[in-house]
Amino acid sequence: MIRSVTQQKPEQEIDRLLKGLDRVFIIGCGTCVTLTHTGGEPEVSAMKETLTQKGKLITGTLVVPVACDNLTGEMLKEFGKQIDQADALLIMTCAFGVQNIASQLKKMVIPGLNTLFIGKETAFGEFNEICTQCGTCIIGETGGICPVTSCHKGLVNGPCGGTDNGKCEIDKNKDCAWTLIYNRLKELGRLDCMRKYQPPRNHLGEPTPGKLRIEN
Amino acid sequence: MVSSFKEALKSGKFVVTGEVAPPKGTNLEKFVHHIDLLKDKVDAMNVTDHQSSVMRFPSLGGALLVKERGGEPVLQMTCRDRNRLALQADLLFASSRGINNVLCLTGDSVMLGDHKEAKSVFDMDSSQLVATVRKMEKGKDLGGSDLDGGVSFCAGAIVTPEANPLEPQLIKFEKKIEAGAEFIQTQAVYDLDKFKDFMKYARQFPVKILAGVILLTSAPMARFMNKNIAGVNVPKELVDEMASAPKGGALAKGIEIAGRMIRRIHEEKMCDGVHIMAIGKEELIPDIMAAAGLD
Ligand code: SF4
Ligand code: SF4
Repeated sequence: MIRSVTQQKPEQEIDRLLKGLDRVFIIGCGTCVTLTHTGGEPEVSAMKETLTQKGKLITGTLVVPVACDNLTGEMLKEFGKQIDQADALLIMTCAFGVQNIASQLKKMVIPGLNTLFIGKETAFGEFNEICTQCGTCIIGETGGICPVTSCHKGLVNGPCGGTDNGKCEIDKNKDCAWTLIYNRLKELGRLDCMRKYQPPRNHLGEPTPGKLRIEN
Repeated sequence: MVSSFKEALKSGKFVVTGEVAPPKGTNLEKFVHHIDLLKDKVDAMNVTDHQSSVMRFPSLGGALLVKERGGEPVLQMTCRDRNRLALQADLLFASSRGINNVLCLTGDSVMLGDHKEAKSVFDMDSSQLVATVRKMEKGKDLGGSDLDGGVSFCAGAIVTPEANPLEPQLIKFEKKIEAGAEFIQTQAVYDLDKFKDFMKYARQFPVKILAGVILLTSAPMARFMNKNIAGVNVPKELVDEMASAPKGGALAKGIEIAGRMIRRIHEEKMCDGVHIMAIGKEELIPDIMAAAGLD
């Protein structure tokens, strides 16, 4: 399953964003951020505790099941009074949830998390970004491994000069996508795919912001 | 116009190029001094393009300066900072000013440099940049439009003969040649027997190979490269030899080693020439050439 992968913002940044805003309502989410321990029940309680110690008044807290779902708006209505009393909402969900909530309430929203990427849980507790939805999928010639995303430079013709023992030049903990692709294509007997010159990529697949309307 | 560097490559002589780095700032004194020192000694000077992603005076401006001082520039171009419009525009400008050699590089990650928070571009890669040069030479840009006034370049790229794993690197090397690279500079090589094996393979391709030689300045510097630079392996004997140099004599030892290596590459006709990188010590390139018997 794909997940929105997040990290808590540094404490100083949250302090700065909440400066002068003394009454705070905190919102978490029961899905991705619960899995990554960044915005589930325990983290929301801890945040309440921390902010209370710093002299903030917490008008209420709520962990919605799926913050990016449209039904979230209905749930928030039930907490209308506590939300109204707050100067700001501190939202410990991914930015999809933050934006969804912001669009439904007339309140300043403050993200408590940084949204890192949409990723896949590849091992217990480990998340990897494997697709950045580029609009012109090319993995039919790379053995199903995405160089646009998994290669730090998004290279499509093979490794750069920084590749080292199967690792990427920016981080010894990150695999070099082109070593992975090479191994896969070799295993499949399809290194011919890698030998094929790929022209500069088409970035016109779906210009940002993406938008799609399904016609019937 | 055929560049004198291209003619040197074609002539079959042992070609020597040297790397020069523009300054961080507008004080060009030292840079000009290096150019003047080298212009009559080497066949061409490579001007680096924000090497290691450290912001500096641009390679295009540096190459222009080489030209103005009467030297032969090789314009290094990375794909890190410019998209395909900007790269093509710079190629047009270079061509209009008589800069007719280009080294096409993908470029290091901005994360390795001094502007780590910058957005990197990588709209193209090294092989695509080579192909772009060739397309522009036919009078077209990448969008398919006609160019009013053409370009002509001697275009090259790089290879790391000791990359691990090696085969993906060689596949890319072949793609660069297919895209139109006429010369290839190698990452620094220190184990010349291994380099000979690489050359046995590389010789089957219609391309000139210049062996990369980085001046060793101290034993710790050699160890640092082993640890941090992909595909650079300074053998233990050479590290020990550097360490054995008397106090204050490390640089002289490094010059001796570089000279010895170049002499062997030359005498055994291993490849078509050398590319000397004396990072931060460009003024020593003539000494290295003298130690190699090339003056
Ligand atoms: S090429 Fe990569 S980023 Fe683009 S759609 Fe395919 S998997 Fe996603
Ligand atoms: S080391 Fe590999 S993954 Fe990293 S930028 Fe280079 S080719 Fe891409």
